[in-house]
Amino acid sequence: MPKDHGIGASSKRREDVRFLTGRGRYTDDINLTGQAYAAFVRSQVAHGRLRGVDTSAAAAMPGVLHVFTGKDFESVGGLPCGWQVTDRHGKPMLEPRHPVLAHGKVRHVGDPIALVVAETAEQARDAAEAVVAEIEELPAVIDMKAAVRGGPLVHDELGSNLCYDWGFVEENREAVDQAIRNAHHVTTLELVNQRLVPNAMEPRVAVGDYNPATDETTLYTTSQNPHVIRLLMGAFVLGIPEHKLRVVAPDVGGGFGSKIFHYAEEAAVTFAARALKRPVKWTASRSESFVTDAQGRDHVTKIELALDKDGHFLAIRTETYANMGAYLSTFAPSVPTWLHGTLMAGNYKTPLIYVNVKAVFTNTVPVDAYRGAGRPEATFQLERVIDKAAREMGIDPVEIRRRNFIDSFPYQTPVAVQYDTGNYHATMDKLLEIADVAGFEKRLQESKARGMLRGLGINCYIEACGIAPSNLVGQLGARAGLYESATVRVNATGGIVVMTGSHSHGQGHETSFAQVISEMIGVPESQVEIIHGDTANTPMGMGTYGSRSIAVGGSAMVRAANKIIAKAKKIAAHLLEASDADIELKDGKFTVAGTDKSVDWGSVCLAAYVPHNYPLADLEPGLEETAFYDPSNFTFPAGAYACEVEVDPETGKVTVDRFAAADDFGNIINPMIVDGQVHGGLAQGIGQALLETTAYDENGQLLTGSYMDYAMPRADDLPFYRVDHSCKTPCTHNPLGVKGCGEAGAIGSPPAVVNAVIDALHRGGMTHVTHIDMPLSPSRVWAAMQR
Amino acid sequence: MELSDARDIKADPATVWAAILDPEVLKACIPGCQELTGSVDEGFEATVVQKVGPVKATFHGAVTLSDIVPGESATLSGEGKGGAAGFARGSARVRLSPVEGGTRLSYDVEAHVGGKLAQLGSRLIDGFARKLADDFFARFQAVVEGDEGAEAPPEVAEVKKGWFKRLVSR
Repeated sequence: MPKDHGIGASSKRREDVRFLTGRGRYTDDINLTGQAYAAFVRSQVAHGRLRGVDTSAAAAMPGVLHVFTGKDFESVGGLPCGWQVTDRHGKPMLEPRHPVLAHGKVRHVGDPIALVVAETAEQARDAAEAVVAEIEELPAVIDMKAAVRGGPLVHDELGSNLCYDWGFVEENREAVDQAIRNAHHVTTLELVNQRLVPNAMEPRVAVGDYNPATDETTLYTTSQNPHVIRLLMGAFVLGIPEHKLRVVAPDVGGGFGSKIFHYAEEAAVTFAARALKRPVKWTASRSESFVTDAQGRDHVTKIELALDKDGHFLAIRTETYANMGAYLSTFAPSVPTWLHGTLMAGNYKTPLIYVNVKAVFTNTVPVDAYRGAGRPEATFQLERVIDKAAREMGIDPVEIRRRNFIDSFPYQTPVAVQYDTGNYHATMDKLLEIADVAGFEKRLQESKARGMLRGLGINCYIEACGIAPSNLVGQLGARAGLYESATVRVNATGGIVVMTGSHSHGQGHETSFAQVISEMIGVPESQVEIIHGDTANTPMGMGTYGSRSIAVGGSAMVRAANKIIAKAKKIAAHLLEASDADIELKDGKFTVAGTDKSVDWGSVCLAAYVPHNYPLADLEPGLEETAFYDPSNFTFPAGAYACEVEVDPETGKVTVDRFAAADDFGNIINPMIVDGQVHGGLAQGIGQALLETTAYDENGQLLTGSYMDYAMPRADDLPFYRVDHSCKTPCTHNPLGVKGCGEAGAIGSPPAVVNAVIDALHRGGMTHVTHIDMPLSPSRVWAAMQR
Repeated sequence: MELSDARDIKADPATVWAAILDPEVLKACIPGCQELTGSVDEGFEATVVQKVGPVKATFHGAVTLSDIVPGESATLSGEGKGGAAGFARGSARVRLSPVEGGTRLSYDVEAHVGGKLAQLGSRLIDGFARKLADDFFARFQAVVEGDEGAEAPPEVAEVKKGWFKRLVSR
C-alpha cells in the first residue's frame, strides 16, 4: 500500500492549484505605485566599435524619463564571473570586463547599448527606436577554431580569444598518451554537442525599486537564486550593502539554469530605479530572450577510447572546444571543466583519463549552465564512443558496459571525484525489464513489415549533483560557497513554516519539502508551509541548480528540524516531568519511553510561546531554528536509458517509439514529482537529439531566433515514457539519503536517441554511418544514409 | 546570400548605361522606394518600405555607385537601417555587354540582413532577396525598353513603361 503522506508519498503538488488556476504571482504580475517601464536598445551587429550613442531624440519623446548609456555605468562595477579556472600551465583564465551597458565595443547581437525609461512600456519601446548608436562594424568571429587561430579579437585587451586551455588531470597526460599508443584497440569519435537556447516558458523580468526615505533597494527578478543575485549585484556591481538590498524571486516559470546568472538587465533597472527614485520594470520579449538569456552546451569534441582485446577500457583522451560566447556569464568557466571533466569516468572503471578543454570567446550570446551543465556533454561523448567501440569490436553494447561497470563503492575515479554508492548492474537489469528489450526482435520485424528501419539505443549516465562541498569547490576556483540554509519556524498553534534558501521554479518544493517535515514531526503536510525566494525572510541561500535542492537545501531543513525536535523534547520533558533523553516523538506526540505519559505537538508549541509552565532558566522561549548544511561530497545519481526509434528510409525522419529510464536517485521523497522531473528532462534531451539547434550566420546574426526556426519538442514528438526509480542506493553522506533528479533525463537521453538511430541504420545495412551530429533532423539522417 | 542572373534588354548599351546612372530610374526601380535624393558622385539617400515575413519596416539608408567602368560595369551598394526591425545591406555588380538587338545586363547580388530581420526572417531572406532583385531588374527593363516585351510582374504595372527610353531618344 503506497503511503498517502510523508516521505515516499505521491502527494499532489500544492503549488499547482495556483499555477493551474492562473493565480501564480510571477515577477511580471508585480506592479508598484509610480512604476516606470524600461526598454533596452541592443546591438544589431555581432561585433563593432561603439563610437557614440545619441539619445537626444529619444529623450525628447513623450513620456521618456531618462535614457541611460554605458557612460552612466562607468562609476559602477561590471557583471562579475563567479568561477575562476586555472589553465594547464597554472595561469588564471582570461577574464574580460563585462559592462552593464556596452562601452567601447558591442560584442554580440543583443548586447545592451542603452536603457530607455518612460512612463509606459510603449513609450519606452518607441523611444528606444529613436536612440542612434553609431557603430563601426567589425568582422565577427563565430567559429571557435577560427577564433583561436587568430580571428578578430572579441576583447582587444585580452590579446587572445582563448579564455583558458585546461588539462585534467594534467599529471595523467603522458600516461594516457602512452596507454592509447599501446592499446589493442582505439575508437575515435569527433562530435558536436550543439548550442541550445534554454527557452524557459516565462521570459526574464526585473523590477527595481528604491525607497529614498529608508535608502532601501528592492529587486524583483526571475531568479533561481535571489541571494546570489543580491551578493553579486550588491557587492560587485552597484555597491549596495546587503542589509539595504532585498531581492525577491517570486513564482518563476522555469529556469533550466538560465535564471541562475546575474544579468545586466537586473543591475540596469535597479540602477535606474535608484537614479530616478521610481520603480522601473523590464519584461523581456521572447525575441529578447533568444539573444540575451545565457545559452547552453556548444562543445566540439574529439574523444578517443583505448580498449584491451576483451573490451576493457584502458584510457580516455578528449579534446574539447567549449564556447563561452562574448562574455563570461556567472558560472560559465566551471561548466566545461569541473562539471564536465570530473564526470568523464562515467559508470566505468577506466584507470586513465585526460580531458583537455579550450574555452573560447566568440561574438555570440554567452553560454553557461543549462539543465545538466557539462554532464550531458560528458555523458554524450562517452556513451557514443562506447557504442562505437562495441560495434567496432563486435561486443554487445550492454555487455561491453557491464564488463566495465564500477561495482564496488566507494570508488575513487581518476578524475578527482569519489562515488559514494551505486549499483549499475541493478539499474541496467531494471532497464532491460521495463524497456522490454526481449521483445525488441518482434517489434523490429513489425517495423520491417511496414518498410521502416528500427533501432535500439542503450546507454548509462552518471552525474554529480548536490553541489557542492564548499572547501572543495573553493580549491577548484569557485568564488562562492555552495551550502544551503533553512529556518524552521514553529508557530504557537503548532503550524510550521520553513524558509528555505532553495528556490522552486517548477520543482514542487512546496510539496516535497513539506512531506519531509511531516514525516519527521508527524504532523499533517497541510500544517507545513514552505517559503522561498525572498532574501528578506530566508537567512541565506545559494539557490536551485545542479539538482541540489533536496540534497543540500533539504538537508539544511532536516538539520533545522532536528534542532526543533531536540528543543521540543526538552519542553515536553519539562511538561511531562521526565528527562529529555527519555522523550520519544512519534506521530506528532511526545511520549516518555516505556510509559503512556505523553503530550501532543500542539501543547509543546503553545508552551514554547506561552511559557507559563516552562524551564525558563535553562531554555529560551520560542521554537525557531536555523541551520546551514554544507555537503561533504557530491551525490551521484546514475542510471540506464533505452530508446527505440523508427527511421523512415525514404525521408530520414526519426520517430521515438519507446523510451525507458531506470534511475537510481537514492531515496525518493515524492515519486510522482520525480516522475515529472524525469519526464521533463527526457523531453529536453530528446529535443536536443532530434530538433533543437542554434544557428548563427557568418556575421553573427542569430538565425534561429524565434519559434519559427528554433524547433522545440512538442507532445507529439515524444512517446509515453517508462520510468522507474525503484533501484535505490541511498546517498551515504546526507541525512535523507537522497541524490537529486532534476537533470538526469536531459543528461541520459541524447546518447540513447543517437545510439538508436545509428543502430537502426546499421540494421538496415548502412554500416558506413558511425555518427550523425545532433539534431538528427530528417535531412541530416537522410544525407548520412546516402553517403 | 548571393545570386547571379542576366537579362537581355532591347536597348543599346549607351542607353542602358545612362539609365543606370539616373537617380529617377533608380527611384522608380528600387521596390518600395519612397524617396531618393542625391547624385552619382555624392551618393544617394533613400527611404524604402519593405516587408519581410512578419517584419515591416521603413529603411533609411544610402545607395552608392562604385567601381564604375563607364559603359561597362558598376557596383550599386545599399545599406538601410530599419530601426528596431534591423538592417539590410546589399550590393549588385552590374555588367553590360552588347548582344544582338540590345544589351545583356548581368548581375551578381549579395545581400545581408541583421537584427530582428535576421532573427525572425532569416528563413525568408533568400527568397525575399531574389524577388527584390528580380523586381528591380524587371522594373529597370520595363523603364528602359518601353512597353514591348517587358516581362514585368503585375506589381510593376504602375511603373510607366518606356518613359526613360522616350526621354533619352527625344
